[in-house]
Amino acid sequence: MTKARVTVTLKNGVLDPQGKAIEGGLYSLGFEGVESVRQGKVFDVELSGSKKEAEAQLADMCEKLLANTVIEDYAVEIVG
Amino acid sequence: MKSSVILFPGSNRDRDMISALTKISGTAPNLVWHTDTDIPDSDLIVVPGGFSYGDYLRSGAIAARSPVMDEIRKAADKGIRVMGVCNGFQILTEAQLLPGALMRNAGLRFVCKTVKLEVTNAETQFTGQYEKGQIIPCPVAHHDGNFFAEADDLKRIEDNGQVAFRYADGTNPNGSINDIAGIINEAGNVLGMMPHPENLIEPDHGGQQGRGIFESALEIVASEAA
Repeated sequence: MTKARVTVTLKNGVLDPQGKAIEGGLYSLGFEGVESVRQGKVFDVELSGSKKEAEAQLADMCEKLLANTVIEDYAVEIVG
Repeated sequence: MKSSVILFPGSNRDRDMISALTKISGTAPNLVWHTDTDIPDSDLIVVPGGFSYGDYLRSGAIAARSPVMDEIRKAADKGIRVMGVCNGFQILTEAQLLPGALMRNAGLRFVCKTVKLEVTNAETQFTGQYEKGQIIPCPVAHHDGNFFAEADDLKRIEDNGQVAFRYADGTNPNGSINDIAGIINEAGNVLGMMPHPENLIEPDHGGQQGRGIFESALEIVASEAA
């Protein structure tokens, strides 16, 4: 079995109102020096195939569903 | 003219859409379940609003990968008119039948109010019964209506006259880029819009200015109300 972690983040230049709100929340809690917060998503995926098969499959999954490539970037990391 | 309404689990504006199409065209639309792989012969296919799949992952993302979407894509390629309202617009962008994406409202809140809509392009297959620049009221109800397209795509959308509607007079409720409220595809037979024209077709709705979109799409002679 292969375990993977897929991280989906908004592309640079795409406004992230939720990240901004979280940034404001941190500021309200008194955290200083927070210059920017961007929110994203994490998917932990377990696959039955080999690492190599999993990598190809995961890239396809990201392109077809997990990320909206109009506004999001994705990164795949094999973790086990 | 025959119409079809696509039903997804979690749609909740489908009944309003069915009612509007029935009243305006005089014929009840076909109802097509999201797993169907056959859409009855239609002149207009409507993807209604609501919260398909609970907006899980992204609004419209999972519905956009339903079996019925392949049929909608084939119909659109043949020139059949397709219209997505609210969640339907989100589904059509996720399915890449329309450019851009609909993101969380800039103010982060769900907005449910009446906005002003400018008919930016009155020469589309969906807006022929309006005047260019005409401003109509229209209800909106959404959390993810913040239209975004990358600079190149946005330029193409604007240059091609693909912006059908813009929020007017400072009523943009969601921060959408260039105040875009509704767009058509390059071929001109697919429309997506966040506002709900199906909720503006009877006097009791507070106005009937939404009728023109359906009458244009269904090529029905304008009623006295349009």
